[in-house]
Amino acid sequence: MADQTQTDGVQLNVNGEARILLSAPDTPLLYVLSGELQLKGPRFGCGLAQCGSCSVLVDGVETRSCVTPLAAVAGKSITTLEGLPAKYAQEHELDSVPPLTPLQEAMIEEQAIQCGYCYNGMLIKATELLASNPEPSTEQIKSAMNGHLCRCGTYPGIIRAIHKAAARMRTRA
Amino acid sequence: MNMKKPADVLPLKRRDLLKAGGALTLGFTWQHTATAQSTSTDGFQSGPPDAEQIDSWIAIHSDNTATLYMGFAELGQGCSTALLQVAAEELDLAMSQISTVGLDTHLTPNQGGTYSSSAMRRGGPQVQRAAAEARQALLQMAAARLQVPVASLQVDNGIISGTGDDNVFTSYGELIGDQRFNLAFTGTAALKNPRDYRLVAQAYPRNDIPLKAAGSYTFLQHRRLPGMLHARIVRPRGQGAYKDGVQVISIDDSSIASIPAARVVRQENFVAVVAENEWDAVRAAQTLKVQWRQADNLPGNEKLFTQMEQGVTNERIAVDRGDITAFAAAPHQSVFRATAPYQAHGPFAPNCALADVKADSALVLCASQDVYNTRSSIATLLGLPEQQVRIQYHESSGTYGHSCWDDAAQAAALTSQLVARPVRLQFMRWDELGWDTYGPAHVGSARVAADRAGNILSYEYEGWQHHWSLIETSAQSALGIPAAEWPPFPAQQINPRTLGGMYDIPNMKLLNHHVPGLDYLKGAWLRSPMDLSFAFVSEQAIDDLAFQLRMDPWQFRRRNITNYHWRDVLDAAATAATWEPRPAASQIPADAVLVRGRGIGLGTHLSSYGGAVADIEVNRQTGKVRILHLYGAIDAGLVVNPSNVENQITGQLVQTASRLLFEEVHFDSRQVTSLDWNSYPVLRFEDCPDITPRIVQRLDEAPSGAGEEVMAAAASAIANAFFDATGKRMTMYPFTPQRVLAALNNYG
Repeated sequence: MADQTQTDGVQLNVNGEARILLSAPDTPLLYVLSGELQLKGPRFGCGLAQCGSCSVLVDGVETRSCVTPLAAVAGKSITTLEGLPAKYAQEHELDSVPPLTPLQEAMIEEQAIQCGYCYNGMLIKATELLASNPEPSTEQIKSAMNGHLCRCGTYPGIIRAIHKAAARMRTRA
Repeated sequence: MNMKKPADVLPLKRRDLLKAGGALTLGFTWQHTATAQSTSTDGFQSGPPDAEQIDSWIAIHSDNTATLYMGFAELGQGCSTALLQVAAEELDLAMSQISTVGLDTHLTPNQGGTYSSSAMRRGGPQVQRAAAEARQALLQMAAARLQVPVASLQVDNGIISGTGDDNVFTSYGELIGDQRFNLAFTGTAALKNPRDYRLVAQAYPRNDIPLKAAGSYTFLQHRRLPGMLHARIVRPRGQGAYKDGVQVISIDDSSIASIPAARVVRQENFVAVVAENEWDAVRAAQTLKVQWRQADNLPGNEKLFTQMEQGVTNERIAVDRGDITAFAAAPHQSVFRATAPYQAHGPFAPNCALADVKADSALVLCASQDVYNTRSSIATLLGLPEQQVRIQYHESSGTYGHSCWDDAAQAAALTSQLVARPVRLQFMRWDELGWDTYGPAHVGSARVAADRAGNILSYEYEGWQHHWSLIETSAQSALGIPAAEWPPFPAQQINPRTLGGMYDIPNMKLLNHHVPGLDYLKGAWLRSPMDLSFAFVSEQAIDDLAFQLRMDPWQFRRRNITNYHWRDVLDAAATAATWEPRPAASQIPADAVLVRGRGIGLGTHLSSYGGAVADIEVNRQTGKVRILHLYGAIDAGLVVNPSNVENQITGQLVQTASRLLFEEVHFDSRQVTSLDWNSYPVLRFEDCPDITPRIVQRLDEAPSGAGEEVMAAAASAIANAFFDATGKRMTMYPFTPQRVLAALNNYG
């Protein structure tokens, strides 16, 4: 990846689409996604990988885009909040892409959100969790989500929504 | 003049229309909003619109929909949904037929700032009266058109009928669509009977949540202006004494030569960098070498409280009744002193603003909760007449009071003026935490006494804190405006409602010591301003009286309360927690490492009433405190949207847990050192307690605000639970393991 230069661009897959990105290779992925690609999901919170508001999935693994240089994800698949329904459809072999994933639906039903700025990270991380653990206990949810902060204090609603989504996904599977 | 069904305007029969409900109006709301909220200063008249005119509040469109113009900010508290419920209720519209626009000095009336839980308390009744008056005018128009008396008319989803003929009706849109009412707002129209409410007091889902969950919601941070530059401020990492502001000795421009696209912008001590590319601006701000003048004149955390208490203060007696010398003769006395730290707002998204400043006008997009006030300060800063400045509110992350939104707005405006280009300026995490206007520190001292029967006889409180900062750092740096505090104003000083105001106490004296604030950190209102500190001291002293009397703390409070609001929130919290009466600290196991306790407390801010119960666990070996469960009850008068208020209670309880266990701004003799989420930790998932919110609904009373009124109660419930668990009292928060161990080992 040290060979990547600004003029060649960096190739990666974002939400199912092959992209060549022209930002300098040392640019943190966050600024590429929010700037060059104008995506609204990943967003700036601390720039220090401490809060999770910039999280994306890189090949399915939750990653802090604010400290991840573009060059480090060359050739990989990035999923942002916007791409979660398509990813869900693909993984569950659905005929069409639903407007929202069961997790997003549960967040709405629980009216869990207050300001909602942290929900990018919450949805990304909880998606990762449910992919590996379809029936997490409350303790497992708290442990998995512990690196994601919510300043409004909506943790109880998020926990409820994750349980609800997990139950619904198990029923549908 | 009887009007037969106008097929060209209303192609459906009334029944079909009603069935169609909102579907008919699909697509209209955002269209109106987008038009109204364009980021342009052309074609709009500078506000505020005349609040004495109905047209300033409500517009009816020809498609039988309405726009509500409201002067309040959506902060994630749901007021943009709840105020629509109020308006739709009085207008007899469906929720899908009404929308609102964002706070904007060119569009929305000046209803003052969105703080002190004001949106529903102050805004609710205003919106209700305006909607009722618009409805009254529309019914009079309909009566004339249909030639039937007003009294026989009925309205359903904006369709007016009552002629006795199903095919003869009219609609709001038909009567006045897209034309002005030209009607004075008298506030005299009859209001709907609360028993007839269809929408108000219902848990209507918030209209912003689906977009936020989908990731398509446009936060302020997502906004862009054509041709804009990215900007970052450059300041020392962490503020010093407020009076010193920012002082530049020298700037080494060559230090950012490796980022050729970035350049330095400076006016006096205001320094920023700009670049076409955001990452270049971020890097340049971090790389730029600036020599600052910084003094070693702060007390630091160690000497803070002694300096506040021992320095010269301005004194004001807030309450003085009866004779507090009754204390001396009382059989049960409690004297309790405790302290509270500076705490930060720490909005999850550091503040951001966009500005386009031209020679004779300015547009600023920011997260100000008081756009007219912000306009005034920006106009001064830019040297423009107020009427030439347009301020728009766009939602950022939750901010819980006055974080850096005005500072960021000023910095963006100044930078745009200096570079003659539109600018998007965002604070970095260390800017936001390091240059916040913090919730001020507090020293409190209570002396309370009771008779043998358990009646509180005397209550005395002294509180020390400084006021809020009036001048933002950007203006201070750029124009050399000296630091200044807000003039005396109740919310900055000791609060008689939280300090013993819930009890019937014959002898009471409250003394406020205003600590001159310029030698300290910057301060401003932080959710439930100062009340956590007050209740932490006051309700522990009250609790101690119950302990001395060997009375249950709930029962003790109950016998000293006659006000039904206070009694009901106290009972609601206790009932939710299945409180079993017993004296506090009466079940402490002798040698267990983990001990549990339960506490109760009361408190509020300037209105409404809060009661709370806390269950906690203390590890006597490590000093780690876990809050297991918080129960919180609010009496906020009429609750328009119970789901919103339950969310507000939940957020308040979790934030209170965070503030009691983790939050403290650290600073040394030179500057603040809490600059990120490691040096300013907040509560995480693993420490999140279970939460039980309770609403005491009052259909026949006015809304009184629910955004912050249970925090003081919860803070004191947590403190009292610690005593119940351990038999010791905490005299400062946050409850760090070190402090807990000191409290367990050092006294009592």
